[in-house]
Amino acid sequence: MDLAVKLTPATEKQRALISKVEKEAGTDIKLCYQCGKCTAGCPAAFAMDYPPRQIIRMLQLDMVDQALSSESIWICASCETCSARCPRGVDIASLMDAMRREALQQGKTDKRVVAFNKAFLSNVKNFGRTYEAGLLLRYNLTTGQLFKDMELGFPMMKRGKVGVFPETIKGRSEVKKIFERAEKLGGVE
Amino acid sequence: MKFAYYPGCSADGSAVEYGMSMERTAKILGFEMQELQDWNCCGATSAHNTDKLLSLALPARNLAIAEKTGLNNMLAPCAACYSRHRIAEHVVKHDPEMKKKLEQVLDMELEGTSETVSILDVLANMIGTEAIKAKVTNPLTGMKAASYYGCLLVRPVEHTGFDDPEDPQSMDQVMQALGAETVDWSHKTECCGAAMVTSRPDVGNQMLYKVLKDAKDSGAECIVTACPLCMLNLDMRQAGVEKKFKEKIALPVYYVTELLAIACGDAPSMVGIEKHFVEAGRYLDTVKVRAAEAKAAAEKAAQEAAAKAKEKTAKSGDTAKSAPTPEAEQKKIDAFITAFGKNPDKMAARLIEDPARAETLTVVLDDKKIAKLAQLMASDMEKAKKAADAFVTAELNKRGNA
Repeated sequence: MDLAVKLTPATEKQRALISKVEKEAGTDIKLCYQCGKCTAGCPAAFAMDYPPRQIIRMLQLDMVDQALSSESIWICASCETCSARCPRGVDIASLMDAMRREALQQGKTDKRVVAFNKAFLSNVKNFGRTYEAGLLLRYNLTTGQLFKDMELGFPMMKRGKVGVFPETIKGRSEVKKIFERAEKLGGVE
Repeated sequence: MKFAYYPGCSADGSAVEYGMSMERTAKILGFEMQELQDWNCCGATSAHNTDKLLSLALPARNLAIAEKTGLNNMLAPCAACYSRHRIAEHVVKHDPEMKKKLEQVLDMELEGTSETVSILDVLANMIGTEAIKAKVTNPLTGMKAASYYGCLLVRPVEHTGFDDPEDPQSMDQVMQALGAETVDWSHKTECCGAAMVTSRPDVGNQMLYKVLKDAKDSGAECIVTACPLCMLNLDMRQAGVEKKFKEKIALPVYYVTELLAIACGDAPSMVGIEKHFVEAGRYLDTVKVRAAEAKAAAEKAAQEAAAKAKEKTAKSGDTAKSAPTPEAEQKKIDAFITAFGKNPDKMAARLIEDPARAETLTVVLDDKKIAKLAQLMASDMEKAKKAADAFVTAELNKRGNA
């Protein structure tokens, strides 16, 4: 972030977006007094473009579009250290989660993280359970990293840690329906 | 004790040892696990990153199935499964609007009666370390372990709450009950990088390295975990971290349930130790040798202590016979002196058989001689007899010479 930013009044749309994110996260960004404890304890802050404290500050200053475009929200590992330590009770981890989902809807994403999530969920949707081998393969295919973790594949098979076929459940049609209905009912608003 | 059991997807795949050792743990400690019928994946991080409703609905289906079993507690050994089910449970109990929505999505009813529990809660709080200790046959004496809790077993604290989120102790207590020594270290609840190690290795590997490095620097010789994803990263990806950071770490990683089964007599192969990526059997052998040495040393010390104690009592027994307390001896001497005064003939007869010589003794006795004889009689009768005889002989010699 540049040392100075020019603040412009928020549009109705931006304000509504911030309220939506707050509601989804079940937390109030105005509570934050910028002490920086979240950033001090964040194990992934070293790799973020804006550490957690600055992301909250951006939301406080109506810079919601910048916050949603940040790399930080995709680097957050959801470890919950920030939320556990916040002296003001701001649920920063939930905010990060809500922002990821909003960014996803707007098509602002880290392709690698989203590809992983997609591969994971398509497994669950189709089989009712996660099929780890299929997950890694699909992830590699969609991200074009064909040989990523190749050195681990054979040793995993040798140790009986990879099923040859995905585990499926009887209720997999039920699970598929859960996916469909959840999409239809969408979110909490 | 009986639990509904939610093994989680990894128990059949990357965490096959966790599933095996979980079942052994139940058998050893004597609790029952009834696997949830037709359970589905909890959706883990990918679901809550993507769609909030879906992230609650997937675990909620399992909760609805668990409720039907009538069992109050559902045991979910995987930390991520545990966390997702706890969060869904919380919503079902405290958010009636969302509960209604979930019932719609699931087409099932939710009562909010079942409670998901973690293996650490079960071991440390529901079964207790004393009961575990009682089952230990091969204590892990000499093992230096870093208990690694990671994120989801202790955070968010409103949803977990069975241990301290900054310095949890439950796993340390279990490990100590198994005979191991646990190190204090600063990264016990620091994130291992989770799925980031796969999706963003540039970030995830750094996080993983810091955890491994801190365990090593704190003097740990192995890491203990209760989370399949932590295991996957710490164990399977350790070689990659060593290569990337050009540093040998070589820390074996174990599930807490594996070590429990082994300390209670299971062979390492019974719980799948050979399936680990970082060689984990050798360290167990080292611990076995150390434990045997410690046992032998303790037995030797106990034997020596017992021998010493025996020697001491034997010694004090002897002295009680030969040399009683000075007061008792003085009492005896006084009694003999009085007896010499009152009845010199009888006393002389006790010392000398020959009546004529005994009579001679009564004649020569003076205070000095009486004191001498009384003292000798109190300590050694034979010496007293010899002394008395000598007194008589000296007197007779004197008379003869005269």
